Amino acid sequence: MALSTEEVRRIAALARLRLSPEEETRLAGELSAILDYVRQLEELDVSAVEPMTHALAAGETPFRVDEVLPGLPLDEALANAPARAGNCFQVPRIIE
Amino acid sequence: MSAPSILDRSLTDLSLALSRSEVSAEEITRACLARIEETDGRIHAFLRVAPERSIAAARASDARRARGEARSRLDGVPIALKDIFLTRGLETTAGSRILEGFVPPFDATVVERLEAAGAVVVGKLNMDEFAMGSSNENSAYGPCRNPWDLERTPGGSSGGSAAAVAARQVFGAFGTDTGGSIRQPASLCGVVGVKPTYGRVSRYGVIAFASSLDQVGPIARTVPDAAALLGAVAGHDPRDQTSSTLPVPDYLAGLEGGARGLRIGVPREWMQGGSEAGVERRVREALSAYQAMGATLVDVELPHSRYGVAAYYLVAPAEASSNLARYDGVRFGLRAPARALSEMYGETRDRGFGAEPKRRIMLGTYALSAGYYDAYYLRAQKVRTLVRRDFDRAFERCDLVAGPVSPTVAFRLGEKLADPLQMYLADVFTISCNLAALPGLSVPAGLHPESLLPVGLQLVGRPFDEATLLRAARALEREMGPAPAPEAAG
Repeated sequence: MALSTEEVRRIAALARLRLSPEEETRLAGELSAILDYVRQLEELDVSAVEPMTHALAAGETPFRVDEVLPGLPLDEALANAPARAGNCFQVPRIIE
Repeated sequence: MSAPSILDRSLTDLSLALSRSEVSAEEITRACLARIEETDGRIHAFLRVAPERSIAAARASDARRARGEARSRLDGVPIALKDIFLTRGLETTAGSRILEGFVPPFDATVVERLEAAGAVVVGKLNMDEFAMGSSNENSAYGPCRNPWDLERTPGGSSGGSAAAVAARQVFGAFGTDTGGSIRQPASLCGVVGVKPTYGRVSRYGVIAFASSLDQVGPIARTVPDAAALLGAVAGHDPRDQTSSTLPVPDYLAGLEGGARGLRIGVPREWMQGGSEAGVERRVREALSAYQAMGATLVDVELPHSRYGVAAYYLVAPAEASSNLARYDGVRFGLRAPARALSEMYGETRDRGFGAEPKRRIMLGTYALSAGYYDAYYLRAQKVRTLVRRDFDRAFERCDLVAGPVSPTVAFRLGEKLADPLQMYLADVFTISCNLAALPGLSVPAGLHPESLLPVGLQLVGRPFDEATLLRAARALEREMGPAPAPEAAG
């Protein structure tokens, strides 16, 4: 299945990836080859098969007790922030 | 016994030497640091060495021992961690530029438990970016090389972990395995690597790649070493909702039980010429050795395992595209300068991610996007059910299954870089174990007859039956004698 560069651009926009024109062309080819390979799954009749949505059986992983536990101190949580304003993560403007 | 001569021994031997005060934790830690200094310019197993931190930890261990308060058999033992485990105060990058300079404010549960046991963490190990790769060549910080042959890859993604243990730089290491990332490098470097059952070891504080497949496990020189390391970290963690509450057995207790009476399933699909001849020969010899030790070989079928790679390359990228959405330049990691927020996201992710994460984010986003979800992601999740059913059926007739880990011995740097699909197929025998959430391991099965590079035997077991896998691996290890060590490292 050949993926067009337009399709690659549309997916890149969904994934918030800015790609160069060269990357778009290369990815169109590579993704098409991978999608061709995974098409072999179509050989299988899975109409009556339940998807494996959990790796463990139900009941093996109970919820923890819902109680308040200490979290990260504010300064530690903000220590890796590329930009900080007071007690907030600072980001560039959202609306032009 | 001098510290340098202990470097070539097992973790189990070191543990004994420490308990008898034949060597101090500080001496052995300094010996490891010296060995890393001497060899790692060629191997590049380490992304970061922490000399001061590790010597301080070693001194604290020695002080505990002097007071008769050693915390465990790991107290004072130098180990290292794949750079995917968050270490409080010690930079953690997952092999990516997007996390360059990131200093975690907390420890992964695995790190907490290892340090509580007294282990000395000497540094952080090289890996494919975000654990995506089978050769360590996708590291943003340069590839790691195989100590057996510096022109070859150590495998991946936990390549640094396997190389460091094989090169005698540390006594054990931890990696993660999403599609073979512990077992394949262990096989290619001639060491033991264990991928436990999904849910056996906490993933809290482990940088996520594909959350329904990722699992933490040890890489070590011997099976008892691996059993000791696994025992130190396994068990329920309330901070990981997928961690199992099943009790953890003493993995060392039944380890020497031998292979007599074991029923070993040999999947037909794994032995149909899909491996190079020298690999298949060593695997068949290992199976014969088991027979000679009193085990029974049983023919089994895993008819859906051939769809494993295809299902994996939908499920894993889909989950990765979601997990990697958090790297957006807002709260931590790289931020590219930009005038507007939307531009900042795109620029940051363009500069921060290498080619493989981009490829998988794109593939995963596509597989999850409107109109394609049922055809790709949902179908792959159904195929996962079929893969698991194959194993369940096989385990009605056998206690574990055995076969090759990797279809080839260590391949040359650059050999598979041009074709992503060829690289993905390096995991053809390991992936179904992850899809089925089962435990698996790689144990050395000798050297390839021509290239003299290591070959690993893969064992896959029933859910949470790591003990049987370790016992079987130990039986082979004893039969074969001490695994040879690479010379290129020295």
